[in-house]
Amino acid sequence: MAAKTPSPEVVGQVDHHPPRKGWMDTKPEFKPGNYLYAAQPQNLEGVGLANPRTWNPLDDDWQLPADWKGTVREGIAERLQRYRSFKLFMDICVRCGACADKCHFFIGSGDPKNMPVLRAELLRSVYRGELKTAGKILGKMAGGRKLTEDVIKEWFYYFFQCTECRRCSVFCPYGIDTAEITIMARELLNLLGCNIDWIAGPVNNCFHNGNHLGLQPHTFKENVEYLLDDIEEYVGVKIEPTFNRKGAEILFITPSGDVFAEPGIFTFMGYLMLFEHIGLDYTWSTYASEGGNFGFFTSHEMMKRLNAKMYHEAKRLGVKWILGGECGHMWRVVHQYMDTMNGPADFLEMPINPVTGTVFNNASATKMVHITEFTADLIKNDKLNLDPSQNDHLTVTFHDSCNTSRGMGLLEEPRYVMNKVCNNFVDMAPQVTRENTFCCGSGSGLNAGEYLEMRMRGGLPRANGVKRVHEDKGANMLACVCAIDRAVLTPLMEYWVPDVDCCGVSELVGNALVMEGQGEREYNLRGEENPSYVPPPEPEEPEGEGEAEAGEEGAE
Amino acid sequence: MKLFTILAKHKKAVLKKWLDSIVESYPQETARFLRNKKDQFANPVGYTIEVETEHLFDLLMEGMDREKVTPYLDRIIRIRAIQDFTPSQALYFVFALKYIIRHQVAEEIDSDALEQELVDLEASIDMMALVAFEVYMACREKIYDLRAKEIQQNAYLLLRRAELIVEKPGKDRIEDNAN
Ligand code: SF4
Ligand code: SF4
Repeated sequence: MAAKTPSPEVVGQVDHHPPRKGWMDTKPEFKPGNYLYAAQPQNLEGVGLANPRTWNPLDDDWQLPADWKGTVREGIAERLQRYRSFKLFMDICVRCGACADKCHFFIGSGDPKNMPVLRAELLRSVYRGELKTAGKILGKMAGGRKLTEDVIKEWFYYFFQCTECRRCSVFCPYGIDTAEITIMARELLNLLGCNIDWIAGPVNNCFHNGNHLGLQPHTFKENVEYLLDDIEEYVGVKIEPTFNRKGAEILFITPSGDVFAEPGIFTFMGYLMLFEHIGLDYTWSTYASEGGNFGFFTSHEMMKRLNAKMYHEAKRLGVKWILGGECGHMWRVVHQYMDTMNGPADFLEMPINPVTGTVFNNASATKMVHITEFTADLIKNDKLNLDPSQNDHLTVTFHDSCNTSRGMGLLEEPRYVMNKVCNNFVDMAPQVTRENTFCCGSGSGLNAGEYLEMRMRGGLPRANGVKRVHEDKGANMLACVCAIDRAVLTPLMEYWVPDVDCCGVSELVGNALVMEGQGEREYNLRGEENPSYVPPPEPEEPEGEGEAEAGEEGAE
Repeated sequence: MKLFTILAKHKKAVLKKWLDSIVESYPQETARFLRNKKDQFANPVGYTIEVETEHLFDLLMEGMDREKVTPYLDRIIRIRAIQDFTPSQALYFVFALKYIIRHQVAEEIDSDALEQELVDLEASIDMMALVAFEVYMACREKIYDLRAKEIQQNAYLLLRRAELIVEKPGKDRIEDNAN
């Protein structure tokens, strides 16, 4: 057998080293699986974005608009004026390299252009080569380069391999945030019509119909009703929420993915149960039916346009304040931009928890409170009837979403809630949690199906953290407070750590809530037999009918 | 076996060369990082390669075992299967081990008996390679499978409402109703 095998020398002599070239001379090669589909013209037309056309990143000719170079040059100049942070980030990097190995896409892909410092350099070199005198004259020597179509292609390739997670900024001594550079680069790409459909489609749908999938009001409502039926079946409680009700005290807004995608719908059921449990005076809007904001991944203007509906709807319905569901980038937009973009929300009141009386001073500017803060406050004031043993078959760990952790500092509240609704909570290592958290690898609009393989690269460091806590402490459930995370961590886990499932924190809350008038909680919100369910002791018959054994099955 | 005694002496050198040969399949800057950063969280790829190549080497000395070799190979190949490598680039590292070992011990192979031992060892590495193909294919198939599943999950409730999905209780609840 050995004699027929090619000799080891032959294999040994094949050169597996990639060619050594300077980074400016290495071009990305577009191959199915490593690029995102181009935006369809109708999605750009629908919201008035530039250069709608049918194109494909595999094409040689990207059909850039006439004078596209001028557009990019002016676009950069305008943004340098408007955003001082951008100007600063373009000028002050000393190339110390502290950020270089902190990006999950670099760690997972091994592609050096995913080092944040090099990613920024893709744009910075053009800034130098096209807008700075020294760079214009000295070119490459001064780290400058000219705009070419290849540069645009390279931007498209690498700025859609940045999830705007800000992990690199934590390690930069100057606080340079490459996420902001990516945001600018994507704005520039948008000026040329080089957008991706996974972002442009939701933006267009959201603008016209209020949510990413373009669900019409009646469809949205029917979906919720479907989930109410499930709650009735599994929990034994009939809930009747209201839609677009004027005069409600609170408007609740959450990402629409939770209304139709798995496992987000189970988190959604958790919200419905929680609000019923405390008798909250709130309403859903079928117009502001999307917490997510893919405008944030398009341009500042588009983010503002899509965000505006939250306040419009709050005003129209005459609510006192807004409660927001589990979402990542929705909260980054709310926390960092909403007040300046669409505020002041002087028609709303300072949020006060009607059940506990707690004043949410932290939300005094935006008048919008995070569901996890709200739930934590209810638990702290002992307002929830909880049976954490319903989650006893789970050993839960927590993924800090980039947006809620680094973007708004929501670190303790989810952990507090989970520790109260579950008996087994274990954290991952400090190198990969809280401010140091690793991105899911699919944020900022990269969660498209065609990109799954790239997402497995980007999500590798996150999965690695989970793997450790799974092997060392037996974690079998990865909880999070973000709708995109719920959707993308599920396949990520299935590839890297298949024994770990994924859920929202509010799903765990829902399963632990003891509802008034509930039936036997034999099933969890997913409609699965709950391994932790303990049937009530049978009064007469000595034989237990083997039901106790159900506790064994499915416990992993 | 005599060869194993010789190889035990060379373990460190063989592992270093093997690690280098894998790490150098990445661009220069990446190779430096993979080699030098010693932290399982900051450098999961480098860490995995280092740990698992040692497991593989030890197993080779112990005697090749299909069951045992699979998880070690899996941890390396699962990474390379989704990185920017062709199948041959992803898997050549198994074959490289033959070359590395032969070179390392060449001067000490001074009898026919030893030469035969080396050929047998190479046959074990060939077996490792065969398992590697299977692991690689399984990883790729998983990717395709996940893509299909994701489409369903992303519109789960809409499909269910349209009665395109039926449910049964238990873990694998979703079933395609199409056929
Ligand atoms: S923001 Fe995140 S994805 Fe982007 S370069 Fe920095 S670490 Fe990488
Ligand atoms: S850490 Fe900051 S200053 Fe250093 S290379 Fe990165 S961006 Fe530049």
